[in-house]
Amino acid sequence: MRIDLRPRTLLIHVALIATALVMLYPLIWMVVSSLRPGNEIFREPGLLVKDLQIENYRAGWNALTEPFTRYLLNSAVVVLGSIVGNLVSCSMAAYAFARLEFSGKKIWFAIMLLSIMLPIHVVIVPQYILFSQAGWINTFLPLIVPKLLATDAFFVFLMVQFIRGIPRELDEAATIDGCGRAGIFLRVILPLMVPALATTTIFTFIWTWNDFFGQLIYLTDPHMYTVPVALRSFVDATSSSSWGSMFAMSVVSLVPVFLAFLLGQRFLVKGIATTGIK
Amino acid sequence: MQKRDNVTAYLFLSPWLVGLFAITIGPMIASLYLAFTDYNLIEAPAWVGLENFTRMLSDERLHNSLRVTFTYVFVSVPLQLAIALLLAVVLDRGVRGMAFYRSVFYLPSLLGSSVAIAILWRQVFGTEGLLNQVLALVGVEGKGWISDPSTALGTLVVLNVWTFGSPMVIFLAGLRQVPTMYYEAAAVDGAGPLRRFFGITLPLLTPIIFFNLVLQIIHAFQSFTQAFVVSGGSGGPSDSTMFFTLYLYDRGFGNFDMGYASAMAWFLLVVIAIFTGVNFLVSKYWVFYEN
Repeated sequence: MRIDLRPRTLLIHVALIATALVMLYPLIWMVVSSLRPGNEIFREPGLLVKDLQIENYRAGWNALTEPFTRYLLNSAVVVLGSIVGNLVSCSMAAYAFARLEFSGKKIWFAIMLLSIMLPIHVVIVPQYILFSQAGWINTFLPLIVPKLLATDAFFVFLMVQFIRGIPRELDEAATIDGCGRAGIFLRVILPLMVPALATTTIFTFIWTWNDFFGQLIYLTDPHMYTVPVALRSFVDATSSSSWGSMFAMSVVSLVPVFLAFLLGQRFLVKGIATTGIK
Repeated sequence: MQKRDNVTAYLFLSPWLVGLFAITIGPMIASLYLAFTDYNLIEAPAWVGLENFTRMLSDERLHNSLRVTFTYVFVSVPLQLAIALLLAVVLDRGVRGMAFYRSVFYLPSLLGSSVAIAILWRQVFGTEGLLNQVLALVGVEGKGWISDPSTALGTLVVLNVWTFGSPMVIFLAGLRQVPTMYYEAAAVDGAGPLRRFFGITLPLLTPIIFFNLVLQIIHAFQSFTQAFVVSGGSGGPSDSTMFFTLYLYDRGFGNFDMGYASAMAWFLLVVIAIFTGVNFLVSKYWVFYEN
């Protein structure tokens, strides 16, 4: 393969690499700083590590009421529940919208699309009242139950788009073989929509892992804190001396998202390209 | 026409329908009602008519939060989209390593809404932060970018611009739809690269620009986490990062003034709806659909 050395091409690469560096430098620096003595954060802008140590991680892990393991587990429970909820409820609704004929379909579909745009603030106060009367404050239920009820309508839309691309002949063939609607959904559509399910899984994972507003409102007991809420309580409790451990725990909180990004890139890019999401 | 299967369809839709009524429409109606009441979660809501809304008219902090939010939306969204478009166009020209660059530029959009990045921002733009350390190397004396009311909002704008990766990916997908024969024809006619960009790429991309614009504006109006964490929950210094959503949270969940918070939420909904509506109306004059 010949390497293109025309000045123009080189210039473009230099510009792109410079942009990438500026964008990623703070992230890389945060990782490096978390491995240095805490006070160096305020005087060492470079990336060299003279004294590599994991003291910040040890200190950060136990700096709050509970060990950080607890917050990671709490986040994992919320994330897992949300993923299962979204996969089941959104795929069912999407199948109905994409394949079945029923009265009121157009109106329901329009309402579904509108609900994607609805700011959470318009419903958060009554939701809070509803869930607190149910005794659900400081449980994970307010964060998981809505997902079981397909309130992340965005994924319904994503799956509808995907199912529309699956040839109807397959449904018809299955009908001839004696499959009912449920059979077609379970045996034909679901196996074929695995890429859409993967996209949903990865986005639900990342969004729920990062979500702050809902978790801030519903989880006030330090035992129930998830990672974002714990991190933010760290900010409140912190003096400048514990920046090192705060950086360390921030890095820990970003690792799962980074892994999901590495493993799921293909689905993420496809998901955005077909539906145009954040 | 295909035969209808109402029963099956509604069974499949049932989880979504329950959610729609119990968790979305029900609470929407309830919050519309609460907007006309005084309610502190303990005593029963007391009907006060339009009082919450007249109070909004004279609430200086609320007016300030609107100014902050509008500035944030109308500075950060155009900047973010311009950079996203520029890089998409560059990457679309078949740069070697395009997939790598795309991933690198996309990564911040996945991390940008996290508390961890807000913490990083607090440090980077702090008085002794990374930015000032770097500036010191070249002999420039920095300042506390976050503690200065005139620049605090700017750091949040930078953060939003930093997440230009997701609109960029959408632009890239759109650019791939532009038929190469248009460019070939234009090249034969002697059009230079700039002419081709403004004559072909930009007009054909207007539906996607419009789409990104609508999406990012709606999104930016609702920003919360970053301002909340960067300002330590206060919206400070001197309310300079007090987004409308932060003020709403402060009223509702800080002071349990749920009636007022509900009125604010409905106001926000109407503002977003108006901007989206205007966006659609104006789009007739600049968005170009091929067919």
